[in-house]
Parts: sequence; structure tokens; C-alpha cells
Amino acid sequence: MSVIKTENLKYVYGAGLPGATTAVNGINIEIEKGEFVGVIGPTGCGKSTLITHFNGLLRPTEGKLYIDGVDIWAEPSKIRQFRFKVGLVFQYPEYQLFEETIYKDISFGPKNMGLPEDEIHARVMRAAKFVGLSQEMMERSPFELSGGQKRRVAIAGVLAMEPEVLVLDEPAAGLDPEGREMILSQVKRYHKETGTTVVLVSHSMEDIAKFADRVLVLQAGEVAMFDRTENIFARADELVELGLSVPEVTKIFLKMKELGAEVPTDVYTVKYARDRILEALAKKGGAPHA
Amino acid sequence: MLKDITIGQHFPGESVIHKMDPRAKLILTIAYIVMLFVGSNFLGLTISVLFLVLAYGISQIPLRLIGKSLKPILPIVIFTALLNLFFVPGTPVFQWWIITITKEGLRNIAIMTVRIICLIAGTSLLTYTTSPIVLTDAMERLMKPLAKLHLPVHELAMMMTIALRFIPTLIEETDKIMSAQKARGAELDTGSLKDRVKALVPVLIPLFISAFRRADELAMAMECRCYHGGEGRTRLKELKLGGMDVVLTLSCTAIFVLIGFSGRIMTMLPL
Repeated sequence: MSVIKTENLKYVYGAGLPGATTAVNGINIEIEKGEFVGVIGPTGCGKSTLITHFNGLLRPTEGKLYIDGVDIWAEPSKIRQFRFKVGLVFQYPEYQLFEETIYKDISFGPKNMGLPEDEIHARVMRAAKFVGLSQEMMERSPFELSGGQKRRVAIAGVLAMEPEVLVLDEPAAGLDPEGREMILSQVKRYHKETGTTVVLVSHSMEDIAKFADRVLVLQAGEVAMFDRTENIFARADELVELGLSVPEVTKIFLKMKELGAEVPTDVYTVKYARDRILEALAKKGGAPHA
Repeated sequence: MLKDITIGQHFPGESVIHKMDPRAKLILTIAYIVMLFVGSNFLGLTISVLFLVLAYGISQIPLRLIGKSLKPILPIVIFTALLNLFFVPGTPVFQWWIITITKEGLRNIAIMTVRIICLIAGTSLLTYTTSPIVLTDAMERLMKPLAKLHLPVHELAMMMTIALRFIPTLIEETDKIMSAQKARGAELDTGSLKDRVKALVPVLIPLFISAFRRADELAMAMECRCYHGGEGRTRLKELKLGGMDVVLTLSCTAIFVLIGFSGRIMTMLPL
């Protein structure tokens, strides 16, 4: 059974007012347990609106949302339990930090869940370890940290709730390449080690290509594509048409094809690209010279 | 929910009232408020109401907006009305047990209610037809003589402009922080009053921090563009009184004089 399932999900901002805008329109998707799903689409395509539905922060104007097969809006008074099942990390999550110490801030979520003290402690420590925060740092103020460290504290604050599904909205936005790499690989490792379902929203095709099993492409509030990563990149020319930037290697292969070379275009990692080039050269008859 | 605040909202338009010099509008609004108190009689208030209806008509601002801006102060109006109803001495018109309703009490209520509605509607018309930035500009110009007394007039106006500019930004920010804390299980809209106040801490602290950060960044950006206070600063749009401004101001003044003397006119009328 799928962890998250949407049925004709529709959300209108300012419904009934002049200037109402439909942010997502009739979304039907299913996300399986343990998957790593990437979500991409141009700015304003409804990515953030869609994922804010996943933990019941937004109530769909029309349609249904099921988590573990349960319609989450069947009983609106019980919506809070789904906030713990689906952990949502917003864009620039470091702006949500408020406690005196890092430890206290990370424990805010588990405390709200009403867990016993020792369980809270265990979870905070596990979450801190995953994002690479050392034991000594736990008593420091989160406001003394650098931007990248603050972000990791904020992400740990959601990890500590140990949700079944982890949803991250652009977790690497505004970080330097090293910080990006660090956060994304930590998320990937968390996914691998705990088996948690992960939904990652990103602008960067490279990141999505590297981490996601399946990719959801949104366009103007509707599903443009939802398929396995390799199948998505096989349609690289369509992605370009949608105004999305494809990974640099894919761009090279699209250009090679345009110039008449017999290469596939579903290339999105450098290693795969190397193999395909060697293959193409071998097929041409000559051994690779250069 | 936070986005529904309407007080001080600006509705851009093309009417003569929209285009009128903001200084004149500001002074006339203040004069109108004074006149509402000076001409607190039947004739004076009738003219005041008619004047307001006319002004709203010219500015093409829908009258139902008055209702919206009145809503927040409705409890105060009802409370004072009740006080007047029961505690004003005079000729009784209705008596039951210890409750006495007097003719003077009813008269007070009528006058007070009309006055408050005119007060709110009148000042709302100013903010509906004048953008906040233009309004603070006008204030700065009007208070300029006070700068001679070493009052930081320009700084005050700048502070006001910046504050107004950041209201929507901070509202948006508050919404975002509230969502983020709700995602961590914070309960913001349920529980007892004490719980709710406590639950605000995770929202207020990040909000303050981000406000300070924004202030820092803004100060830096302003200094980078060589901002050094009001001295020697020129404007892109100088405020100039035009012919239409003079005509409107004079006709309003005439009406205000009439309201001001309405008390005396009333006594002269054979009633």
C-alpha cells in the first residue's frame, strides 16, 4: 500500500475572491513506502503547495489525501497526528530556530509528541548524529552557528520526530557546494539506513538525478511526468521544453545527438555517460584514441 | 487569516480625491474630525454625513468598505451606547425596575454613534485614497517647521515609511514560521489561554530575530546608497498644490464652517 496517495487534489489560494489562483489542479499520485521521490518543476508550479498538503497544513479545496490509506481530513480534529507521521522541512528551515540550546530546539518536536524523557533524549541524539552535530555542540545556542550548521540543526529538529515520510523543500538552497553536498548526502544516508520514505523538492536536476528513485515533474499545478528517474531523463528534450535545466552531461548528450552522433539521451550521471561514449566509439569501429 | 487586516488599506484610483494633494487631504481630515465634535447637533451631523457620502461618491470607494473598517470598534460603540442608555439623567421615557431610559440618553447615543461612524469613515477615506508612502511624505512636509526645534522630523517620517513597508513582509514571515512550528507539532490555535500564550514563544522569537536581521540588512543597503538623513535630499516627485486642490480645499472649508456654526444656526431656526 502506498504511504501517500492523492486523489484529484486541488488547491485554490483565496478561493471565492477575485484574483483566486489555482496552485495545484487535480493531482493524482502515489508514493510507495521506502521510496526516494524527487519533485521538480519551474518556480510557481505548485511544488511547495503540494507538499504542504502532505502533513495536513493545507486543506485541499477539492480532492482527498491518504496517508497509509487513511483520509487525513476525515476527522479534522485529529490532523495533528499526521504532522508527526509526515515530517516537513520547509525552505530555509533555520528561521524556525528559537530555543536557547541546540538540544532544546531539536527536542521541540518529540516533546510535542508527548514522548517520555529518555525516548526524547535518544531521538535527539540520533537525529543530531545523522546531521553531523557533535555531542559538545548540543548545549550551545543555535544562533551562534553558521548558516549551514543552523540548517542542519533545523533538519535534525524534524528528523527527531522520526516520521514515516520525510519531506524536504529545497534543503540545500542558498548553501555553498560543499554544504549542499553534505546535507543531501546526509539525507540519502538517512533514507538508506532507516528506510524512511523521502520526498525531496529541488530546483537542481543534478541533485534529483543523483538521489531520487522516481521523479515527479510538475507544470502549472499539474503532473507533467511521474516516472522512474532514468525514464524521466530519457525524455530530456521534453524537460528542456518545460523550461527545466537538465544536468550538464545530459545537455552534452542532447547536443551530440543533434550533431548526428548515435548516443542515447537518458544520460544523467557522469559514469553512465563515460560508458555510453566508449560504447558509441566502439560501435564506430575504431578504438578510442583520445 | 492574518492577511484579512483592512485598516489603513489603500485602494488605488483615478478620482480627484485620489489625485488631491496629500497635505490638503491630511489637514482637511483633521479639520473634519474637529468639526464632528464642534458641530455635535442634529444639523451639524446631518451635513457631516452628507459630506461624507458625497466624498465617497466622488472617490468611487464602495460604501460597504466602511462596514469593514467599523467592525473592530463595534464592541466599544455598543459598550458606550449601553452606558449612555442607562446612566444619563434627564427626562425618563421608559422605566422598569431600576432601569430608567431618558430622552437625553437616547439623544446622546444617536449623536455618539453617528459621530464615531463619521470619524472612522472619514479617516478611512484618507487611507483608502492615499498610499501610505505619499501620506508619510505629506506628514514630513507638514512637520518641517518643527525641524527648526531640532525635532527629527525626517527620521520619524522615514521610520514610518519603513514600518509600513514591512508590515506585509512580516505578516508573510509570521505565516511561514507558524507553519514550520506547526509541522513540528506546535499547537497554536487550541488549548487554554495560558497554553496559547506559551505556544507563541516559538513564533515570536524567530520573528524578532528575522526583523532585526532585516533591519541590519536594510541599514547596510541604505548606507551603500549613501543615505545620510534628510539634509539636502531631493525628491523625485515634489508635492505641488494645483488649481483643483485649492478649489476642493476651499469648498471643504466652506462646508466645515457651516458645520462649525451649525449649533448657532439651530438656535436661530424657529423650532
